[in-house]
Amino acid sequence: MTANSSESIDWIARAGARPKGRRPAYFDDPAVDRLLSLSMALVAEVSVLRERLDTVERLLEAKGGLNRAEIEAYMPDRAAGEERGEATRAFIARVMRGFAQEVEAMANPDPPIMDLVEKLSRE
Amino acid sequence: MSDLPPPYTALTRHPMLARTNHDEAARFNFLTHLNRYISGTLGPGNRLAYDTRVLPAFRAEHGRDPEHRYEIRDAMNQDPFHRMWSALKRNSMEMRQHNGRATVLRQLDELDALARQFNEHSGMLELDPSIEQPEYQTVVDIHCQPGGYHSEERPGDVSAGANYDVGIFATTGGALGGLNDGGGQAVVAWAKKERPGWQPQRILDVGATVGHNAVPIALAYPEAEVIAIDTAAASLRYGAARAAGLGAKNIKFVQANGEDLSRFPDNHFDWVQTTMFLHELSARSMPKLLAECHRVLKPGGLILHVEQPQYSDAMPLFEQFMRDWDAFNNNEPFWSAMHGQDLKQVMARAGFPLDSQFVVGVRAVVDRSIFPAAETEEQEDYGRAAVWNAYGAWKPQAQELAA
Repeated sequence: MTANSSESIDWIARAGARPKGRRPAYFDDPAVDRLLSLSMALVAEVSVLRERLDTVERLLEAKGGLNRAEIEAYMPDRAAGEERGEATRAFIARVMRGFAQEVEAMANPDPPIMDLVEKLSRE
Repeated sequence: MSDLPPPYTALTRHPMLARTNHDEAARFNFLTHLNRYISGTLGPGNRLAYDTRVLPAFRAEHGRDPEHRYEIRDAMNQDPFHRMWSALKRNSMEMRQHNGRATVLRQLDELDALARQFNEHSGMLELDPSIEQPEYQTVVDIHCQPGGYHSEERPGDVSAGANYDVGIFATTGGALGGLNDGGGQAVVAWAKKERPGWQPQRILDVGATVGHNAVPIALAYPEAEVIAIDTAAASLRYGAARAAGLGAKNIKFVQANGEDLSRFPDNHFDWVQTTMFLHELSARSMPKLLAECHRVLKPGGLILHVEQPQYSDAMPLFEQFMRDWDAFNNNEPFWSAMHGQDLKQVMARAGFPLDSQFVVGVRAVVDRSIFPAAETEEQEDYGRAAVWNAYGAWKPQAQELAA
């Protein structure tokens, strides 16, 4: 069931409806909130594209050709599911590196680099 | 078996489940992994930020430790790491809703037609247009689900229930199993072990939404008559059709408000169940609802409320603060106050003496060959983990009360 059939509603517009309830402001500048939403949506779409490319590769490898209905209906088996899951995990680890390293830095904080510059110039 | 979540396509495609195309499934896959990353890899940063800078700054300013989770919340909401972490988590919830709604709304004609077909033939749906939506269901859209459980995109549709069902996999990281019913399965497993051979005749599930947790009870006790009530017709329409599609015959989805169960006589049910529901009420409605549950329950019958653990003095304030996140960031406004109550005392006031009560830990029951185990305590995504407390009681027989 991949056809789009919804009479009387604009499904694209309604899909992005806002939930009732004031949204918390996470940053002092609202532009940062908007930019984070934009970035994460793009990150998601890159992940989706990578997964789609993986599907195309697997179908081509297995059958030597493909049609789009096969792409839409593709269901990875256990092994393929795990390979793709690991690829998604690695992708997220790459794009989220800055946040993960911030956590690491809180766990093992370093002094300001100038402290070390001065220390090595003395010792 | 690795600890990776399974792909979205591992979900059981029951007849009513909205069909995802390739990219919709891939978006849910991404969100499933992202949620795990936010809670597992980045989540510990909240504790580090608190210990290394937020708490020391609080002590310096106030000359004491925080005395309430709200003090921690105010302080953490100024911390750059916690702000970014919360913003990521909020966006993940919003993206889940967007993808779920896009999936459902583009095929709403087919879903509505299928639901009508199921519901006309099964006789398992009983709507009552006179039921009003309580204020606690309409002041905000719970879980940031646009329209909440009760709204319609057009009259008589199933969009609310269908969207709830199609996306919960991503929110819970796949921890609820192929039919997202790991909670109901856990309740069944507990009851079968606790009372082998017990044959309840009438079972009431209050706040059933789409029946994720009521259907497994109906299927496990085929001799019983299960009534699943909710105020939201939009969810019940989908839930009744979903249950019929899963082959359940002994369950009826009835539009009713748990605060007024006057349609049922006293001592009517052998078992009254709520699952992850009480936190969606309000301070005034919860005792009324619990008193009604007590009234309709037979002496000797079982009441069971599955919830996240209540906050107690024994629970560190920082954990209370983390568990409170959904109240303020995911439109669950009663979550904080509800978990702050002593549920055992609340149940006692509803008529269940303390010595008839018990609390047990339950963990989602899912097919472990496909779905990962529920998170361990260290990895817990506070408030989302598929590990719950069940607050229950066996209603005393009349003579026990008189004694």
